[in-house]
Amino acid sequence: MTTTGTTLLVALRATLVTLVLTGLLYPLAITGAAQLGFSDRANGSLVVDPHGQEVGSELIGQAFTAGVYVHGRPSANGYDASSSGGTNLSTTSAKLRDGTADDPATPEVDESFAGARQLAEAFRRDNELAADAEVPVDAVTRSASGLDPHVSPEMALAQAPRIAAARRVDVTRVAAVIREQVLGRELGLLGEERVNVLAVNLALDRMFGATIRP
Amino acid sequence: MTASGWLQIAVFVLVIFALTRPLGAYLHRVFEGDRQPLPRVLGRVERGLLRLCGLRAPAEQTWVQYAVSMLVFSVLGLLVTYVIQRAQGVLPLNPQHLAGVPAPLAFNTASSFATNTNWQAYVPETTMSNLTQMAGLAWHNFTSAAVGIGVALVVARGLTRQPGPDGNRGVGNFYVDLIRGLVYVLVPMSAVVALVLVSQGVVQTLDASHAVTTLEGGKQVLALGPVASQEAIKMLGTNGGGFFNANSAHPFENPSALTNLLEMVLIFAIPAALTYTYGRMARDQRQGWVLFAAMSVLFLAGVAVCYWAEAHPNAALHDLQIASAPGNLEGKEVRFGVANSALFATVTTDASCGAVNAMHDSFTPLGGMVPMVNISLGEVVFGGVGAGLYGILVFVVLTVFIAGLMVGRTPEYLGKKIEGREMKLAMLYILVFPLIILGLTAWAAVASYGTSSLNNAGPHGLSELLYAFISGAGNNGSAFAGLNANTDWWNVVLGLTMLAGRFLMIVPALAIGGAMLRKKTVIPGPGTFPTTGWLFAALLVAVIVIVGALTFFPALSLGPVVEHFQAQHGEVM
Repeated sequence: MTTTGTTLLVALRATLVTLVLTGLLYPLAITGAAQLGFSDRANGSLVVDPHGQEVGSELIGQAFTAGVYVHGRPSANGYDASSSGGTNLSTTSAKLRDGTADDPATPEVDESFAGARQLAEAFRRDNELAADAEVPVDAVTRSASGLDPHVSPEMALAQAPRIAAARRVDVTRVAAVIREQVLGRELGLLGEERVNVLAVNLALDRMFGATIRP
Repeated sequence: MTASGWLQIAVFVLVIFALTRPLGAYLHRVFEGDRQPLPRVLGRVERGLLRLCGLRAPAEQTWVQYAVSMLVFSVLGLLVTYVIQRAQGVLPLNPQHLAGVPAPLAFNTASSFATNTNWQAYVPETTMSNLTQMAGLAWHNFTSAAVGIGVALVVARGLTRQPGPDGNRGVGNFYVDLIRGLVYVLVPMSAVVALVLVSQGVVQTLDASHAVTTLEGGKQVLALGPVASQEAIKMLGTNGGGFFNANSAHPFENPSALTNLLEMVLIFAIPAALTYTYGRMARDQRQGWVLFAAMSVLFLAGVAVCYWAEAHPNAALHDLQIASAPGNLEGKEVRFGVANSALFATVTTDASCGAVNAMHDSFTPLGGMVPMVNISLGEVVFGGVGAGLYGILVFVVLTVFIAGLMVGRTPEYLGKKIEGREMKLAMLYILVFPLIILGLTAWAAVASYGTSSLNNAGPHGLSELLYAFISGAGNNGSAFAGLNANTDWWNVVLGLTMLAGRFLMIVPALAIGGAMLRKKTVIPGPGTFPTTGWLFAALLVAVIVIVGALTFFPALSLGPVVEHFQAQHGEVM
């Protein structure tokens, strides 16, 4: 039977063989094939505006704060796409519910965190909703990735009056643009109805004129 | 809960059911057949790779030789991945110029990937170079999965093969199983899946990032990398280690509900198929389907509870006038919604995958308890690639033994007597797991270096500790991710936990295979307890649930159960 030496040698050779096959050849071959066959997708599904400028990825959410745009969900990382993640706060978390204030003792760190209470108030205030109006749940919850590119149709439509006022157009026209951008379930079956925030904002710019970028 | 949500769960179940037989038959042909598929192409590759390993005519090994080969290969792999991480600063394919990984974290990560756990104490985007991800980590995604299949085959061969004339036939050859698993199954399937994923938006490039100016004029840096190639084997090998921190919740890992379905199917594909493969090996398909049925019952129970719980609003949002119909969306993506998040969480913890498409830490208390219970049951609900089959076969041995005690006869399984040695090994396998988890959770809960890593207070904090050790010992790798596990204590202790949870369970499993192989088959008599049919399936489910409940119910009551009642009363802390 095999001696200790051969056992080790075979294991060492198998280590190298599998490392080269699955750790180098396989991913490099897939990279080559992906770049040849699906280069747009493989490089991040970038979106280009009518001026030919890259404005982001179709798949990655970005921060929107201007009145003329549909805003995305709150994000645990502020839509910093070089990182990702959620709050990981539990259903019994006071921080998740009521938020935390910035600690004046540590001026170099910003501890402030908007809880669901503050997020709901802000959503009502921004969109001039009544003080007891029901707020869409995705407007006060942070996604798992922090980069959620979508909002629910309800959350997008609730912002139509504010967008219409900011763009000085009729609210029904804004709502119509948003409705046109509602994506159905995939294959009519999978996932949820949703609106891609970057796509709807590009559509709003196309319809009513770009307001921020030249 | 909605009809659409249940329909999507039903679609998933049907796809798995439809795949089980063809894939199971294919696996049988690959590992146990006389003639492997595509002999002119893949057969040559197989023989060529074995020759490169120095094996011209690989012989059958005894279980001890098999175990030694497996351990030496795994330890070498662990060392290589440790070195790659430490040295990544001077190695190529490091476009971000990342420095070497600190020693405790590198040990933790190497243990994590060598054991098919894929626990991630690091933030991938800012810690691991492309080379480390590809050659250090995804490499283990392939090999640890192939090792798992091999171990399952040894146990299955022990139970189903007849001893040779000298009474001591081998259990297979470790390297043949390993190379066949890669050449015929994992590499070709991953390659196809990777390209499908790319076509749907999963990125695949050697660039680390791309900067864009957003619509509002801000700057956004998109993290990129060779993601799709890793994503495919991450799911297919039930590994679960994300290229990005947010794992399969990240749109570049899992861009749509369609890729989400594909990824979930990949997790269960091989574990479900192996039950069929096992039926073939036993020359009685009912022996495989009875395992499939028992697993399905436990799976459906888990997904129903998790979906029901997550369809409830988040208790922290109570009284704030928030729409309640969509359910708990904290830590979930809009494109997946509650149904697909609950389904994914159940699938990934039934199997030893550990990928997540939603943050389990932000699940409702009972919704978050389902993943914990799934792993605590030993990940035998389809389970990890290979690990699920050998795990449930150990429970089958236990069930047959208990049934034998009830009727007062020597227990038999597939015509082979179950005796003292096998029972001791089975009990060792079953006891190692809770011993590690409960012992270390208790330690962490009373030590400042344990509790200082918590992200949540009160019972949920205990759940974060408990989940970490359940996940580590169960080689799952998912987490209540609020826990800051990147401290020296956590890295070292969890690294050891993962090694113990893998190898202290694999060795007894291999030993059971070896012990059973030596036994001659006896013809079943009127007193033989049949191990097919619903009665046996029900008994098997009961044994799994009772063992799991007796061991973990006290700990779970202090964590998620208390938290549930807190949440019911709107308490926050």
